[in-house]
Amino acid sequence: MDRYLLIVSTVCFLAAVVHTAIELRAGVFRPMRFNFFAVGLGFIFQTAFLSLRGHELGRCPLTNLFEVFIFLAWSVAAIYMLVGPGYRLSLMGAFTAPLVVILQVFALIAPIDIRHPAKLPANPWLEFHASISLVAYGVFALACIAGVMYLVQERQLKTHQLHSIFYHLPPLTDLFAAITRLLWWGFVLYTLGIVSGFFTGHPLPRVQVVAAIGVWLLYAVIIQGRHLRWLAPKRVAALCIIGFSVALTLLWGITFTTEIHPLP
Amino acid sequence: MNLFCIGLSHHTVDVATREQFGGSATAESIVRDAGCTEALLLTTCNRVEVYVVALKRISTDEIARCLMRKIDTDPHDYAPPFYRYEAEKCVLHLFRVASALDSMVLGESEILGQAKKAYESARKSGAVGPCLHRLFQRAFRVAKQVRTHTEIARGAVSVGSVAVDLAQRIFGKLSVCKVLVLGAGETSERTARALVSRGVSDLRVSNRSLDRACELAQTVGGRAVPFDDWAAQCREIDILITSTASETPLLTLDILAPMLRERLDRPLFIIDIAVPRDVDPRVNEMEGVYLYDIDSIRSVAEQSLALRRQQVAAAEAIIAEHVTDFVDSISRGLNRDSQTGQHPSLSENSLRPSEL
Repeated sequence: MDRYLLIVSTVCFLAAVVHTAIELRAGVFRPMRFNFFAVGLGFIFQTAFLSLRGHELGRCPLTNLFEVFIFLAWSVAAIYMLVGPGYRLSLMGAFTAPLVVILQVFALIAPIDIRHPAKLPANPWLEFHASISLVAYGVFALACIAGVMYLVQERQLKTHQLHSIFYHLPPLTDLFAAITRLLWWGFVLYTLGIVSGFFTGHPLPRVQVVAAIGVWLLYAVIIQGRHLRWLAPKRVAALCIIGFSVALTLLWGITFTTEIHPLP
Repeated sequence: MNLFCIGLSHHTVDVATREQFGGSATAESIVRDAGCTEALLLTTCNRVEVYVVALKRISTDEIARCLMRKIDTDPHDYAPPFYRYEAEKCVLHLFRVASALDSMVLGESEILGQAKKAYESARKSGAVGPCLHRLFQRAFRVAKQVRTHTEIARGAVSVGSVAVDLAQRIFGKLSVCKVLVLGAGETSERTARALVSRGVSDLRVSNRSLDRACELAQTVGGRAVPFDDWAAQCREIDILITSTASETPLLTLDILAPMLRERLDRPLFIIDIAVPRDVDPRVNEMEGVYLYDIDSIRSVAEQSLALRRQQVAAAEAIIAEHVTDFVDSISRGLNRDSQTGQHPSLSENSLRPSEL
């Protein structure tokens, strides 16, 4: 039953992707209302899925790679709903939806929904650590999306080739301000996630700690580079994309390690 | 009763012909002189049109005579190719005009304002009755819908508006932007004015002749800067508009590179409208610098127009839907009135279905 909710949610996000593609092809790009509605509906079904799964498990649904990917997709959609309109970046829906679709389709197709034979006991610190870290990943994903938007807009301005999408993307300075804010929010949440990991009452695998600190350091360097103006906005945008790609790969690694050496 | 429009536009005649018509005529004078029940005169730099509702048929020549500046000239002698659209075609034409599909610059926004002004003026003089009232109100609705639901007005098509559009895409709010106008030419003045109209408040003008710089600064509400200081100003400004008569580039990589190091996170938008160019084209390769010369501005304008042209079919579809609906609603009104035997004021001035 819960997987059907996820399929419906994926269809909603896919509708936003298809709608955007059709409008882009026709040279008419007005995805604001439709995308926000489609992403909103998809988010409701995601929430219903996570709620059902959480109820079934009796804890935060982060017990395998499948749930981690869905939780991450949910975080991305939630942060988009929260900050997208606030930063006048509603168009982010056009960029957010494909990422969520990729995450959810992968989670649905890959054989990664492996249930633990025994019911895992609740551990509030561990659940807080895992969920806050994934919300931070969601924020980094949005920073990555804003980075893509920045590079698309920048490229059009540099080459003087302005497409229909140009007039719907936010101004460069607004996008860069959004990237900076998202980086800071993500960094603070990720730091909280790492610190809370040390309160779980169990020794953490070394590879996880190293990977987590690696991601933390990478984002610390980007933020510092931005703050001290070593890095031009274009490079910050590009690093947001690289940073999130690295973080996502390491997240896979961390979750994979946890499944081999599960925490109690 | 007849609804029709006659007119001249940039499609049919040149400006020398258009300027012979519409001078002192008003909607009121047309009603009086041509013996029609309602009239509305729409005159812009690109067209002279009269929309008429009359109980009897009025010839094009009669209306043309009302429009002529020199009343002693016979329109037959002059014989400009006035177009005439009757009933449904008239409705279609007005909707296309109001939606700027018939304009010289496709999708421009001025025509709607001009049509509203013409309507208001005719209404005040009493030349507009229920039929033209309904027709024009619907035309305004159609124009709004076309602008909202298509990209017909998207993008900019003149140097000034392209500059403003691009500046807004880079900086968002222009009220916080600092602008330097280098060279006090006519195009830079127009561009500066366009930026000021969008909220730019910090505008500096530099010119080889300080007097001319002061004059332009005063006109556009900025301040003059000595020509020797213009390079130093580039450290502070966000937008540079340059149009000097210099034979060699004024702004080169060597001059700009040290300044950019100090303003790494602030973009610099340069509009170089000088020929020969004032800015070395390689400057565009520098990080955070967006250089547009006259050719690239023209290219952006052409891209905007191409984008607008793509939208014509969608706009025409909206218009066609409204024309059908408008004609149907008029016909329904007539049928209802004939069934009830009542003749409300609107039906008296409405169109016969046969005429549509």
